[in-house]
Amino acid sequence: MDAANPVVELKQITKRFSGIVANDSISLKLHKGEILALLGENGAGKSTLMNILFGLYQPDEGSIEIKGKPVSIDNPNKAIELGIGMVHQHFKLVQPFTVTENIILGMEPKKLGFHLDYKTATAKIKSLSDQYGLKVDPNSKVSEISVGMQQRVEILKTLYRGADILIFDEPTAVLTPQEITDLMSIMRRLVDEGKSIILITHKLKEIMHISDAVTIIRRGKVVDTLKTSETDPNTLAEKMVGRNVSFKIDKKAATPGESILEVRDLMLKNKEGVSVLDGLSLDVRAGEILGVAGVDGNGQSELIEALTGLRKVDSGSVTMKGMELANRTPRFVSEQGVSHIPEDRHKHGLVLDFSMSENMVLETYYKAPFNKGGFLNQQEIDKQAKKLIEAFDVRTPSIETKARSLSGGNQQKAIIAREIDKKPELLIAAQPTRGLDVGAIEFVQQQLISQRDQGKAVMLISFELDEIMNVADRIVVIYEGRIVGEVLPEQTNDQELGLMMSGSTSGGKQHE
Amino acid sequence: MNKLLKIFTLDSLIIPVVAVIFGLIVGAVIMLAGGYDPILAYSSLFTSVFGDAYGFGETIREITPLIMTGLAVAFAFRAGLFNIGAEGQFLIGMTAASIIGIKITGLPALIHAPLAIIAGGLCGGLWAGIVGYLKAKRGVNEVIVSIMLNWTALYFSNYIVRTFLLQEGQQKSVDIQPTASISLQGLSMLMDNARMHMGTLLAVLAAVFFYVYMWKSKQGYELRAVGHNPNAAEYAGMNVKRNIVKAMFISGVFAGLGGAFQVLGVFHYQDIFTGSPGIGFDGIAVALIGMNHPFGTILGAALFGTLTSGSSGMSFGAGVPPEIIRIVIGSIIFFIAAQGIVRWVLKPLYLKRKKEKVL
Amino acid sequence: MKKILNASLVLALSLSVVLAGCGKNEEKPAGEAATGGAKSDMKIGMVTDVGGVNDKSFNQSAWEALKTIEKDTGAKATYLQSKSKADYTPNLNKYVKGGYALTWGIGFDLGADMKTVADQNPDAKLAIIDAVVDSPNVQSVTFSEHEGAFLVGVVAAKMTKTGKVGFVGGAPIPVITRFQAGFNAGVAAVDPKIKVDNVYAGAFDKPDQGKVIASNMYNSGVDIVFHAAGATGTGVFNEATARVKNGEKVWVIGVDKDQSLEFGDEVTLTSMVKGVDAAVQRVSKEVIDGTFKGGTIELGLKDDGVGIAKTSDKNVPADVLALVEDYKAKIISGEIKVPQEVAKK
Repeated sequence: MDAANPVVELKQITKRFSGIVANDSISLKLHKGEILALLGENGAGKSTLMNILFGLYQPDEGSIEIKGKPVSIDNPNKAIELGIGMVHQHFKLVQPFTVTENIILGMEPKKLGFHLDYKTATAKIKSLSDQYGLKVDPNSKVSEISVGMQQRVEILKTLYRGADILIFDEPTAVLTPQEITDLMSIMRRLVDEGKSIILITHKLKEIMHISDAVTIIRRGKVVDTLKTSETDPNTLAEKMVGRNVSFKIDKKAATPGESILEVRDLMLKNKEGVSVLDGLSLDVRAGEILGVAGVDGNGQSELIEALTGLRKVDSGSVTMKGMELANRTPRFVSEQGVSHIPEDRHKHGLVLDFSMSENMVLETYYKAPFNKGGFLNQQEIDKQAKKLIEAFDVRTPSIETKARSLSGGNQQKAIIAREIDKKPELLIAAQPTRGLDVGAIEFVQQQLISQRDQGKAVMLISFELDEIMNVADRIVVIYEGRIVGEVLPEQTNDQELGLMMSGSTSGGKQHE
Repeated sequence: MNKLLKIFTLDSLIIPVVAVIFGLIVGAVIMLAGGYDPILAYSSLFTSVFGDAYGFGETIREITPLIMTGLAVAFAFRAGLFNIGAEGQFLIGMTAASIIGIKITGLPALIHAPLAIIAGGLCGGLWAGIVGYLKAKRGVNEVIVSIMLNWTALYFSNYIVRTFLLQEGQQKSVDIQPTASISLQGLSMLMDNARMHMGTLLAVLAAVFFYVYMWKSKQGYELRAVGHNPNAAEYAGMNVKRNIVKAMFISGVFAGLGGAFQVLGVFHYQDIFTGSPGIGFDGIAVALIGMNHPFGTILGAALFGTLTSGSSGMSFGAGVPPEIIRIVIGSIIFFIAAQGIVRWVLKPLYLKRKKEKVL
Repeated sequence: MKKILNASLVLALSLSVVLAGCGKNEEKPAGEAATGGAKSDMKIGMVTDVGGVNDKSFNQSAWEALKTIEKDTGAKATYLQSKSKADYTPNLNKYVKGGYALTWGIGFDLGADMKTVADQNPDAKLAIIDAVVDSPNVQSVTFSEHEGAFLVGVVAAKMTKTGKVGFVGGAPIPVITRFQAGFNAGVAAVDPKIKVDNVYAGAFDKPDQGKVIASNMYNSGVDIVFHAAGATGTGVFNEATARVKNGEKVWVIGVDKDQSLEFGDEVTLTSMVKGVDAAVQRVSKEVIDGTFKGGTIELGLKDDGVGIAKTSDKNVPADVLALVEDYKAKIISGEIKVPQEVAKK
């Protein structure tokens, strides 16, 4: 490492958005062959900073130096010219195109000025892929390769354009544990070959595992820059959140009671006629948290929708304390004592243009005391909203504020407040911590556990293995619409779960 | 009351006002380019509307149906639907009111007129309900269906008038029974024979109903939730489909009532229309100016109606052709729709004010 | 008295025919008084029907007549266009309440509104074209359109090569059905075997519909179309013009004004002219001279209130025109009685 000569140096970058300071005099250095982790909570200013580096925003103050030379990056093409590549969190790929077509999109090599020279391009991609151990087949269609592979295509895209400074924006959010391990080794390989990487993340485990240095940002300011080898996750978390956080969740052993929810042989075909739920069965007992682990797209969303009345099933049964819930309306299910923290809080959980107080009675507005003879009892609604906002520490300027203007964490808190206040028998929490920062995650998980401790049945669906391992009392793994295995968290590890999630083996106690 | 004022936040008030001013400026520039005197034109617009009782009364007559179709469009919009079919619903409302007003005889005015009004509203609502039903049950886009139904309504109404209500040798129906009239003779006399009618009062009441229903009632809460986010509404246990049909129905009732008022209060007969009267389409602009709020809609209708009614004043007093007035109205709508432009122009002002606050 | 009136009418009529179509009306009503003629500072207003002042038909004729009055007498004339039927009453009232000496309403469509306004303002003087308003302060002017239409029917029957002619009406209101009745009778008088295709567009302001109807007619073998459809008739002319350019031999017979001046001699076989301008001038002058009485006049062939355009000799052979004169004499003498209503089938 050549400490004297960083490849990227940001000096005193300040960026304001209509009065709000997103980046406040941020300086950082990336050295050649280094992985620098950029750590911060959501809204800390990481993305803004990287968008400045990638030419999407212009800084109000400060300067950028690339390889020692001051530059002004006024658009992404300029950034690419300077050798900066960005691997976005949401892939920007054309599904029906082949890998080669996707990679050369926008800079197609031309022979004799007009006809596309696929051969040369394919050869070049093949050699790049071999050089960095990416194992990508240039001729396969993007729609036919896995998510992990698609990410590699994104990486190849930047390499093809000659990038030697790579920015990874939350790259592990969509990956299975195996894929994460693979990505880590690819990143290592990249820096070994002389590339430099900035890794945006809020996952401490990954930082500790892969990065050389960490720059921590909080509220638009650099809090500290540390060598990874000289720090530990607790220090990082504290610096990121600004207070002490506990990682291991304190929880008593579960004391499961009677079975509350029984799902048997659920079958469901989607519009294309593909089975998305294929004979799924599971039980949730009172006083336990059942974790449903699995890679995104294996029927989790459909399962939740089937359980909550949002979707009709083709066959099978969902019974709660003997009451059939399959193919009933959402309201019926809700009235039987099922609360649901939805996967997508913007799509299902909130009416973003409603005020907070209106959102707090989204499922109860029709009942007394909120409904008085067909009219809304605004006083009671406001009272309820104030009560919940206070009890769950939802940070909002007022109860009149629109849900849209709250941060993700506070929106989620509000939903959880509303769902828990319904005093449910069964709480279905789908991805309840997605997109939240450490502090908010802690809060959400604590709430689930406290519900359990009060003897409620809790079902936690998550793609985050850590969360499942930490929070759940019992884990089932969903794969292609079926439960392929059941394990206890204290008797398993990431490896075993990961294999089950990818459908390779089935472990633990089998369901039927 | 405090709440009521809160709806008109500074921002939502400034944008339309500035848009109106911009529109008037554009109109003035065009008049100057055409060799007309904009100051004389605008002052004759003003005097023709506010200068005498008759002009004022006729302006109110012009505003009334615009309130109703504006409310129709705004109501549907609040529920997430674009009711471009207020035109057709208006026509159906007219026709229903005409049938009741002409064919039923021997009823006292106290029963006959309300009956005709109710028939107009109900039929307008059912006509719009077709759109809602197709949208809810079959997922057909409401814009397409309501445009198609505008034509259907036009020719259907003409058929009804020509076949059942025609006055011999004329392109219009016979007059309604005097008992079905909602004209206010006394007030008309006071207003120098301007065509005043009960419909104006009912239109204002309709706006109040809109407000109370939409923001104070349980059903309005559902409609708004469906309008903003049908997924969340479904999640929360609301029947999205029923709400779509309901929203279209009520929207159509507004437009249908507007049509009924026009027949029962203004014309007392129904024409065989060669083309749509356009009041439903103007309602879209009115709702837009009024930011889809019922009281904003009244203001929007007042603006639109004043300009329309004053256009003859402009041509009378300053020789400006009525086309110019349409340009002014068009510019205002443009500036309201393109709020970005207004905000952009206002931005320096805003920033300045903020800085001052900081200091 | 009547003779003098008629003489002046003829004079005014011929004058206005010459003037018609010369020069577009200015947007701005002229303000200054012209030189010559009796000076007057009276104000005359005119309310168009929904066709608007540039309808190339009776609104335009009437407005041109008022422009002439302005020039001759120094009286001031203005017009208001009606965008919808709801505008008729306020527009009429604008003049009535504005103290205008005379308020014109142009067209049958304004009849009901004028009746209301006239009765509400018994001191005001009003006049209307094509409708009868039974109020003492209204001068109603109607025309014997059937007589004029009879003459162009004769022309059509003599000139058709295909044995099929067409009639396009705006809407089946009494004024227009008189056109149809007269035209059909004229054709039948020459040759009862000639087929007449009668179609109503349902509107006076829809050129697109006029074009479609004309297209259908020409396609079915009709070679001469007589229209009485206001601005809708413009579409008939457009269709014919397009076909003539493509080498087809089709004709249109114009209405109200000499429409060959507007649409050209290549498509305009002849026009049945209505003395709207003459009538407007006459009644307006009565007001200026203080001789306005109100009541109803119907102007026919014998008053030269209707007739065929003077320019007809460009396309119509002399022998046909002679025949037309022959029929005209017979109608005036009462030997032929032209039906006013279409025979019920």
